[in-house]
Amino acid sequence: MHATASQQLDATFAALADPTRRAILARLASGEQSVTALAEPFEMSLPAVTKHLGVLERAGLIERGRQAQWRPCRLQAAPLRQAAHWVEQYKAHWELRLDRLEEFLRASSAAPAKKPTRKTTNKRRTQP
Amino acid sequence: MNDPSHPTSTRHDTFVIERRLDASPARVYAAFADQAAKRAWFAGSAGLTQLRNELDFRVGGEEHVDGRWTSGMVSKFHAVYHDIVPARRIVYSYDMHLDERKISVSLATIEFHPDGVGTRLKLTEQGAFLDGYDDAGARERGTNGLMDALEKSLARS
Repeated sequence: MHATASQQLDATFAALADPTRRAILARLASGEQSVTALAEPFEMSLPAVTKHLGVLERAGLIERGRQAQWRPCRLQAAPLRQAAHWVEQYKAHWELRLDRLEEFLRASSAAPAKKPTRKTTNKRRTQP
Repeated sequence: MNDPSHPTSTRHDTFVIERRLDASPARVYAAFADQAAKRAWFAGSAGLTQLRNELDFRVGGEEHVDGRWTSGMVSKFHAVYHDIVPARRIVYSYDMHLDERKISVSLATIEFHPDGVGTRLKLTEQGAFLDGYDDAGARERGTNGLMDALEKSLARS
């Protein structure tokens, strides 16, 4: 659950970091559109636009219709709601951190005498 | 430094998060003060590979936590500690970078209040949140419209 929320924020961040993708979202804010219509104002190929749409879709920011010929793109507000302001991101990150702090305190209370030692100080920690 | 050719936007905001923890203020404080302990919870996240993690926990000391996300984006957290009262209060300021972009400068105050056998942790963050998503070209291309649409959809739900 933590991983999912954190990955969602990461995906939203990454998807919104690109000006073309933000422009696509802005156009979708006024209603669903076909890929061809979306691609029109951009000076890039249809495959390039399709690639951007793929990123947005995987990030859950848009939804695409299932019709083979005309796959309308629709804006999905939920992830954007969280990412709309930096401050919301910060709050979300803090909530996740405090969840992990709680877990850490719970786990370390099982062995209260064992304090973390300086030995581990220089180890890099790579999360799974 | 952020690109001076781009228009800037600044949003000041404060938020408070409170959390009741089943551990004494001394233990909760230690989770912030001890580098190995803090590493166990502060920066760990799925999809994040830590590039740098240093904590010099004393007044005037600095902390660096840098990581690379699965998207390739690099986030950098750099803090300076201003006030430390063991088991009671920690005050630090920090800035955050995403790749080369500075996205915020904040003051964080963490207070540890005894609550029965546990602790009520109160985090207050006051920040200048910089050049958010509605920056330069995005604004011209109608990101404001996006935010308006979002606000409407939020109001509906």
